[in-house]
Parts: sequence; structure tokens; C-alpha cells
Amino acid sequence: MSVALVAVGPVPEPPLARIEECVRAAFRLEVRRLSPVAEPAEAYVPSRGQWSSSELLRVLLQQRPPGCSRLLGVTERDLFVPVLSFVYGQAQLGGAAAVFSLARLRPEFHALPSDAAALQRRAAVEAVHELGHTFGLVHCRRPHCPMSLSVDLADLDRKTAELCPGCSALLEGSLPMKRTRAQRTADRP
Amino acid sequence: MRRRWHILVVDDEATMTESLAAWLREDGYSVDTASCGNEAIEKARAREYAIYFVDLKMPGGLDGIETMAEIRRLQPEAAVIVITAYATVDTAITAMKEGAQEYVVKPCHPQEISLLVERIIRVKNLQRENAILRRKLTRQYRFHDLVSKNPRMAEVFELVREVASQRSTVLIQGESGTGKELVARAIHYSGERGARPFVAVSCAALAETLLESELFGHERGAFTGALAQKKGKFELADGGTVFLDEIGDVSPKLQVDLLRVLQERRFFRVGGTSEIEVDVRVIAATHRDLAAEARAGRFRDDLFYRLNVINVRLPPLRERREDVPLLAQEFLDRLSHELGREVNGLSDEALRVLLDHDWPGNVRELENAVERALVTCKEGVLTAEDFAFLRREAQPPLTGVDLPPGLTLQEIERQYVAATLRRLQGNVKAAADALGIDRSTLYEKIRRYEIPR
Repeated sequence: MSVALVAVGPVPEPPLARIEECVRAAFRLEVRRLSPVAEPAEAYVPSRGQWSSSELLRVLLQQRPPGCSRLLGVTERDLFVPVLSFVYGQAQLGGAAAVFSLARLRPEFHALPSDAAALQRRAAVEAVHELGHTFGLVHCRRPHCPMSLSVDLADLDRKTAELCPGCSALLEGSLPMKRTRAQRTADRP
Repeated sequence: MRRRWHILVVDDEATMTESLAAWLREDGYSVDTASCGNEAIEKARAREYAIYFVDLKMPGGLDGIETMAEIRRLQPEAAVIVITAYATVDTAITAMKEGAQEYVVKPCHPQEISLLVERIIRVKNLQRENAILRRKLTRQYRFHDLVSKNPRMAEVFELVREVASQRSTVLIQGESGTGKELVARAIHYSGERGARPFVAVSCAALAETLLESELFGHERGAFTGALAQKKGKFELADGGTVFLDEIGDVSPKLQVDLLRVLQERRFFRVGGTSEIEVDVRVIAATHRDLAAEARAGRFRDDLFYRLNVINVRLPPLRERREDVPLLAQEFLDRLSHELGREVNGLSDEALRVLLDHDWPGNVRELENAVERALVTCKEGVLTAEDFAFLRREAQPPLTGVDLPPGLTLQEIERQYVAATLRRLQGNVKAAADALGIDRSTLYEKIRRYEIPR
């Protein structure tokens, strides 16, 4: 079981590296980096000046390589779903793919000074959040858990990339291959 | 465990329904979608949704407002959120007037949807918790279909439990509407006879000959119109219980027949020659003072003693006023559901009116009053105004007086004075005013008639 990470359009390396590291730690799964893909032009909606996250997901799923159980796309484009003014990301709940955007995670988007560390931290949290949905996890009530709902940067910055005990337990139940007690012991710091 | 709430998203644009549904599912809700008003109504008939998101403009068929109206008719407690891409003040006002809880313009900020849903669900959770607590509270005071927290009624429940599995005859006494038949049923169903028939007969409703045939059955040709053999209530109740309501009203001849059944558990059908033996428990009830009737020679004392093996006395509602709020809420919960009215409670003023009323018709009158108020009420709670008819009806001059034929004028006066005193909780001044006599005259009558106060 592995997660494939793919940049959709140009995405800088530091956030991708941090995402890779945090996803591996949170899900204890192998993470494979795929070659970047171009943004599908049909996902762009000029009337909104944004990109349809559903369309990006659809295209990504068509390009899903064999052998990877989850596919996580990362883009710099601002995403939306029709009913909402924006989304940080979108996932198939209990499905195979998720995508999220770095656009609104950047302080510059909100007219604040650039902060590379904050961007990487937020990207890691958002990656775990969207991938968590693909494993069937829904929003968590604990504000520090990456699975809690975030609709602004304050929400995002309260979270860590580490799943809370409740979500970890649910995740463990959803993974087909349960880890042995020896593995769990070895994982402990 | 948190209940999983169901939400229905209704929009003719698939991308809209799917994106909103996906967003809500990530919040942990169970979400269904419908692409038109008719489909939404079909789904609302099949399942109870806590929240409906309804698009205002849907081409062909029902529009959003019509869909919402039908949904609210089917599920008055559900919240409807109207969503639209074409917001105007007029549409917003129309939607809210038609009962929409919220009005959302799409595309909306994610926070708006999440907070909105969270707020509605928080209220739903509180309502649910409230209903559970209310049910628990009622259960605490419930015994079969009887509800009370009155100590005398608690003793009745205890007695019923004790005697349920015996065969001894029970005499239940209490004013009309105090729940005598409910007590009889509680005795029957909590005892070993519970799985056998419970047969109720109202002795006051039938003429003597008809009652005889009703109780004991008849043979073919026993009287004109007896075209076939018919089993009586005693036979039908074999193994179970016969409930003889208004036993104080049966004729002297029938009293003899009943005495024989109680003594020997045997009887003849009308026109029959062979004896029929049954295993029946008899529970009798009356609103009369049967001991007084026996003393006055109007009821056989040997039958009275046979019936009065276990005596259950039900207090009138005015002597257990603490039950009025409990019973009113119980009737409100049941009847609002049965009548399809979205009424959730009683105002403090309404409760005051109920507590101040004397309830000459007892629990049955309270139930009827709640039903009448529910039918005419216009708010989400029953108000004092909804019970205004109680004040108008509270003036009957003979409240609580039972006047069977053959009474002397003195007896009528005694009963009327006693009833007036009862109605006014023994307040002599108020009773004297109501009777139009001075206090000393009333004291004289109380003394002369030995009226308890």
C-alpha cells in the first residue's frame, strides 16, 4: 500500500518534501513521488478565475499509476467547488484521490509577508487532512487534529500534522493491513 | 454515541448537489441528493432528514418554494435551508415567510455552510436530548398507561403490582375519568393472565335483558331475535379478566346472577339448560360510593363484599394537581404527533390555567382539553388563550353532583352543598357566596348533613 504524490503544475520543492515526510509519518505508508503533470485547461473556469477541484480530481484519477492505492495532487492554483467560494482541497471520501492547493496557504494571498516555514507547515497539515478523508476519516472535533475543519488560516494554524488518538484508531481500523504489535512498539519514540 | 444526522440536498444542477453533498459528508453527515422537487418529496416520505438544502430555482415540476412547502408538511420539524444563485430581497422574504430557516446565496463561504449546519444540528441535539430526558422523567412516573407522581397513585401502582397475579376480585372506585379501566388493564396485563383476553363491559350502557345476554350469552331462540347461539363476555374472557364497568348501575336481578358467578364461577346462558364453568377474574369499577349504596339498600351487600376483596380507590385529579403538568405534557406529546401539529410545550400561563381548573371530568377532561387546545392553537406552544374555554365551562352549577332518580330534596341539597365545598377546596366563605347563603347557614347545613370538609 502506498501513496503517490504528484505536483499539478509548477510547485516548489520544499513544501513537497515536507508533505512527503509528514504523510509518511502520519499514515506509516510508503510515499512515491510522481513526475509533475500539467494543469488540465478544462478545469479552469474564467468566470470565477478559479480552478475546479472536482475536475482536477477527475483528470488525476485518469492518470493514476498502477500499484498506488492513494493519489495526492498538489497545486498552486486557487480551487473551488460550485457551491462554495473556495476550497483548500477536495478528497474522495473513502476513495482513491485527493487534491489541495497551496494558493490560500501562502501568507501573500492574504496580503501578509511571505513565510516559507508557515507555508510548509500548512501544506503538511492540509495533505494529511485530505488524505485522511480518502481513508474514510470525517472532520474531527479536536482543533489540534489535522482532521478538524478549517475554513481560514487561524483554523489551519491551530492544527498539527499528527492525527489525534481517536482519528489514529479509526485510521488503523480502516487500513487493510493492520500493523503488528512489534511494529507499533517500534514506532513509539 | 453521536447520532448520525441525515441531510438532503435538492438542486437540479448535479455539480451543485454533488459538491455540497461531498462537503457535508466530510463533516460526518449522511447526505442524500435529489435532482428535482418530486424526487425530494419522494425521499422525504421514505426517510426523516434533519436538514434540507433546497435550490430556489428548479426548471419544470415543483420549484424550491413549492418543494419546501411540501417538505414542511411532511416533516414539520426539519430545517429547510434555501439556496439560490439569484438572490433578491423578494425571494429571501418569500422563502423565509414560507418557513425556510435560512437563506444562502451560492457560491458561499465554506464557513457559512459549516456554521449554519452546526448551529441547526446543535439545536436538534438539544431537542433530542430534551425529548430523551422528558421520556425518562415520564417513564419514572409511568405504570402501564398510567402516569403519576402522586403518593396515593404510587400506592395504587404498588397495590396493582401486588394483586396482579392473584385471582381475587378487585373493586376500583373513583370519579368518572380517573382512569378506572386503565387500572383494570394494568392489573390484567401485569399478571399471569396478561396473555389471555381482557373483556370490558359497560353495565350502564345496556338495558337489563340485553346486559344479561351480553354477560352470559344466549341460546338460539331464547328470545325474539336470538337467531343463533351467542357466547357471553364471561365465556369470551375464559382464562382472562372480565371488567365490569359501572357495576353500581346493574339491576337487582342481575346482581343476583353476578353473585352466583362470583361464588361458583358457573352460569347458564340465557335460555340455556347446561351450566358453563369458566376461569375468569372479575374486576369491577364504579363512580358511586358502593358501600353507601349497599347501606341504603340499593346494592346487595353480599355482592358488594364479594366484589370488594381488593379495593382500589383512585383520587380525583383535583386531589393530585401535581400530575396536571405531567399528564398535560404526556397528552401533548402523543396528540400533537397524532394530529400532525408542531406544538412543543405549554406556556407558564397555560399551565397556571390548567392547575387552577377543578377538572370535574378528571384525566379524561384534561386529555380532551389538550386535544381541543391543540386543534385551535396558532403558536408553537399552547397558551392560556388556547384554554380559555375552560374558564367558560367552569361554571356548571351541578359540577361533581350525581343525581340518580329517586333522591329526596334533602339528599339533593346535601350532595350539592358537599360538591360546592369540594369544588372550592373546603373554603366555607367562598362556598356560602356561591350558594347564596350566609356562612352560619352553611355551617348549620354542614353539621346537619355531616358533610366532611
